[in-house]
Amino acid sequence: MNASRRRFLQTAIAGGMAATVPLSALRLLTPDEARASIGSDEVRWAFLVDIQKCVGCGFCVKACKTENEVPYDVPVSRTWVERYVVTKDGKSHIDTPMGGRDGFTSGKVQEEEIPPEEITKAFFVPKLCNQCVNPACVQVCPVGATYQTKDGVVLVDRTWCIGCGYCIMACPYGVRFFHPVTKTAEKCTFCYHRISQGLKSACVQACPFGARQIGNLKDHDDPVTKTIMTQRVGILKDEYGTKPQVYYIGLDERVR
Amino acid sequence: MTEELIVHGLDWTIKDGFVYPNEFIYWSIQIVMYPYMTGLVAGAFVLSSLYHVFGQKDLQGIARFSLVFSLALLPTAMMPLLLHLQQPFRGLNVMFTPHFTSAIAAFGIVFSTYAMIVLSEIWFVYRKYFVDQSIALKGQGGIASALRRALYLTLTLGATGTDEAALAIDKKGVKLLAAIGIPVACFLHGYAGFIFGSVKANALWMSPLMPVIFIMSAVVSGIALCMLTYIIIMEYKKLQATLARGRGDETVKELGGVEMDVIMKTSRYLIGFLVAAISLELLDLIFRGYTAMKSWDILRDVMFHEDFVKIFILQFGCGNALPFFLLMLPRPTIRRMVVALALVLFGVFMMRWNVVIGGQAFSLSFEGFMHYKLPLIPHNLETYKEGLFGALTVITTPFVIFWGINKIIPSLQKV
Repeated sequence: MNASRRRFLQTAIAGGMAATVPLSALRLLTPDEARASIGSDEVRWAFLVDIQKCVGCGFCVKACKTENEVPYDVPVSRTWVERYVVTKDGKSHIDTPMGGRDGFTSGKVQEEEIPPEEITKAFFVPKLCNQCVNPACVQVCPVGATYQTKDGVVLVDRTWCIGCGYCIMACPYGVRFFHPVTKTAEKCTFCYHRISQGLKSACVQACPFGARQIGNLKDHDDPVTKTIMTQRVGILKDEYGTKPQVYYIGLDERVR
Repeated sequence: MTEELIVHGLDWTIKDGFVYPNEFIYWSIQIVMYPYMTGLVAGAFVLSSLYHVFGQKDLQGIARFSLVFSLALLPTAMMPLLLHLQQPFRGLNVMFTPHFTSAIAAFGIVFSTYAMIVLSEIWFVYRKYFVDQSIALKGQGGIASALRRALYLTLTLGATGTDEAALAIDKKGVKLLAAIGIPVACFLHGYAGFIFGSVKANALWMSPLMPVIFIMSAVVSGIALCMLTYIIIMEYKKLQATLARGRGDETVKELGGVEMDVIMKTSRYLIGFLVAAISLELLDLIFRGYTAMKSWDILRDVMFHEDFVKIFILQFGCGNALPFFLLMLPRPTIRRMVVALALVLFGVFMMRWNVVIGGQAFSLSFEGFMHYKLPLIPHNLETYKEGLFGALTVITTPFVIFWGINKIIPSLQKV
């Protein structure tokens, strides 16, 4: 073979240039670029839960499962309600049977009968995704299948998720799980498909007592924003630095 | 329809106390296997590099073997991840759209870099052998030897010079690659430690010591596995020699002498790394107890009650302290070495188990526990993949691969 260095370099450069033309038709989007196309800068969704209004009926969980096609009879759920019963001995008794889907009709907490005279306080705490400003789940996704929209909601691309479970491990609130049918990471989206169309989240609409509300933090006339700005509200697990955006009225220090 | 509704983790998680509804043991046996196998790969490579780079002459006997064994282990570091993924066919997505804020996004890249280093180093080590074989097989009749010759010729990649200068380049190549390989091997495994250590939501995992602990125990397990496999192979050779020539034959004695010599010299390195690994793990434990952060209450419950046997008896006791004494005792015998090495391997496995499963043994609510019930007899694909049989598949594969590779590049012959 009559190969010289000059010949090799010439061929390599020509080949490289020829390959560049078709390759330039493709462009890799970073997750940042991809997310820039979703949502609006004018909106920052936030959630307000009034614990003092919640009676633990479970309508929100039912509505969520139906709306978001999470199988009804499996123990996983995008949102759930916890019951806290504090007794005179200083102990918290906590449970959430089937995520509180069917309400709390039994006086037993975790199979344990608690005499009413022993109870000092009891309350319900609805939980859902906190749509954090600094979401740990988005940070750890190895393929960028989970991302934050401009209006602050964290979504999952079911067609790209590899199902490694790292996001599930990274969430300090335990809101993520594997969808039993799609086998991909699943989470509460504040019903993004509804709120982006001007509707309310399914759980907000289903709550008979107005314990759940959703609003836009960037709109100062929004009633939810007004409450968050003027009342004393709490958030869950701020020590993780995730900056959660679900605010609670009447949050107790015992809430986990 | 009901068949498809598998809630991942429900099959093997037993909840106790208050646990959030979506919490299960999502990372199960395969994620225990993953750092274990990666650790063995890294450890085997570091062992061979100690000879190639630092010229530790006492490791000459085991260096080639551990390098080839490291290659055999390489594909099996990937296996547990694929068996664990809920969407295994999308595994390659991580190469298409790596999201670099994630600790696992670069795994494919680090892993392939490392694979290329190992492959190139083996090529440099065995190039002369390939050339010699292709010459020796020349002119021999039969399709089999023709095919073998073609294979060896291909493996030479056209570099057929065996003069002094060419061999000197080979040697230089090996040394350079082994030198680059050490930090890459440590990175590969320290990286596995970072995957856990950086999960801030997990009170047990989050620790900057995690990557270092992982590297030390990786080297320990890699060296131990190489020594153990070496002993098994040498014993087999001894048995063959005994059967062929009788017990008192010189070859048998010679083999025994070489074996003991190699094992004794290698065990010194094993002890060193073992001490480093144990010290770091104890430091981590003591620090957690002393600082007693919010999570300490539940961690203490897990360590001293729920998982006491697994951590203190099986891991520290049987897996660290006992083999340490067995290795240190005077008048060593091969039999005692085998016991010690098996215990070391078991100890490192238990360490991985206690990190991965132990880290999920308590709820994020700190108000409850989760117990892991390893699926023994699989009743569907998931309980096979993430059960005993899946783990056994991963463990046996490297030996099968090693057997195959050894047909082409004999790593156990004397040079």
